[in-house]
Amino acid sequence: MGEVIVITSGKGGVGKTTSVANLGVGLALLGKKVALIDADIGLRNLDVVMGLENRIVYDLVDVVEGRCRSKQALIRDKRYDTLFLLPAAQTRDKNAVTPEQMKVLCSELKEEFDFVLVDCPAGIEQGFRNAIAGADRALIVTTPEVSAVRDADRIIGLLEAAELGDPRLIINRLRPDMVKRGDMMDIEDILEILAIDLIGVIPDDERIIISTNRGEPVVTSENGAMSGQAYRNIVRRVVGEDVPFLELHKNSSIFNKLKKMMGLGG
Amino acid sequence: MNLRALLNALVGKQDSKDIAKERLRLVLVHDRASVSPEFLDKIKEELIRVISTYMEIDEENTQINMHRTDGTAVLEANLAIKAIRRTV
Repeated sequence: MGEVIVITSGKGGVGKTTSVANLGVGLALLGKKVALIDADIGLRNLDVVMGLENRIVYDLVDVVEGRCRSKQALIRDKRYDTLFLLPAAQTRDKNAVTPEQMKVLCSELKEEFDFVLVDCPAGIEQGFRNAIAGADRALIVTTPEVSAVRDADRIIGLLEAAELGDPRLIINRLRPDMVKRGDMMDIEDILEILAIDLIGVIPDDERIIISTNRGEPVVTSENGAMSGQAYRNIVRRVVGEDVPFLELHKNSSIFNKLKKMMGLGG
Repeated sequence: MNLRALLNALVGKQDSKDIAKERLRLVLVHDRASVSPEFLDKIKEELIRVISTYMEIDEENTQINMHRTDGTAVLEANLAIKAIRRTV
């Protein structure tokens, strides 16, 4: 019996879809059988982030309305054969699916898969309620900005009300240089305000954009991308391993700067 | 306190992250209180229950409000007293 994890945030544009894609690929790399559900009906995006946009035949609404079986709608990933995507419908609105239908779908999928990751739409209306309906636990994505943290706080309250307790936090797009000069809230500030547990911090990294351009999640990158390592660590924490948090500040210490200047590398 | 914070304190400057944190703290006080309409009613009920040990409160003429002034959030309770109990 697998587990359904919803990735949510309240605010849009903080990296939910990117996180779902990276965690999905990361779990598949560990040999897990994974289904990703894009619950953002009308604003489908997980397909392009995964590079699977040309393979869509059926979508989420087709499945819940019984036009096809879930097996027919699930698209197998190009590189990882234990990873599947159930794309959102692009031409319908978020009311085309009900929380009850999502519950049924999620419990069906977790019979088959080790992990079912649900990409939640922004906002707190029907789309959000659908996305969390079948979830066993939740990951909340935020960035170190007032607006994103405020919305995360609202989401934590709503998850609590829905009895989806103990959500974990992903802090995305942290810029150690800005934290260092006091122009960005740091991890402790955010955790203190939201009072929930951290599951990982993703440094701001242009390689995320580059890999999204190619439709290949950064978690696979072998070129030492810090963001990729950060996602791999979150994946291991999701499966229950105890992994120490990345030291994001280490490259900015004076000692390392000196080493760099002297050509010794960081 | 690190060196930067010390220097800032000396020149009376505040890091933008501290401003962000403070604004967030205040906005969340307000958000969390206003999200649930029963929130203030619950506080009112509890307050009256506690204070009733010492005095009789006129529930009709009791108001609980929350508002923000510069830099702080304030919980304001106006409790009309009917009678004070004799305490031992």
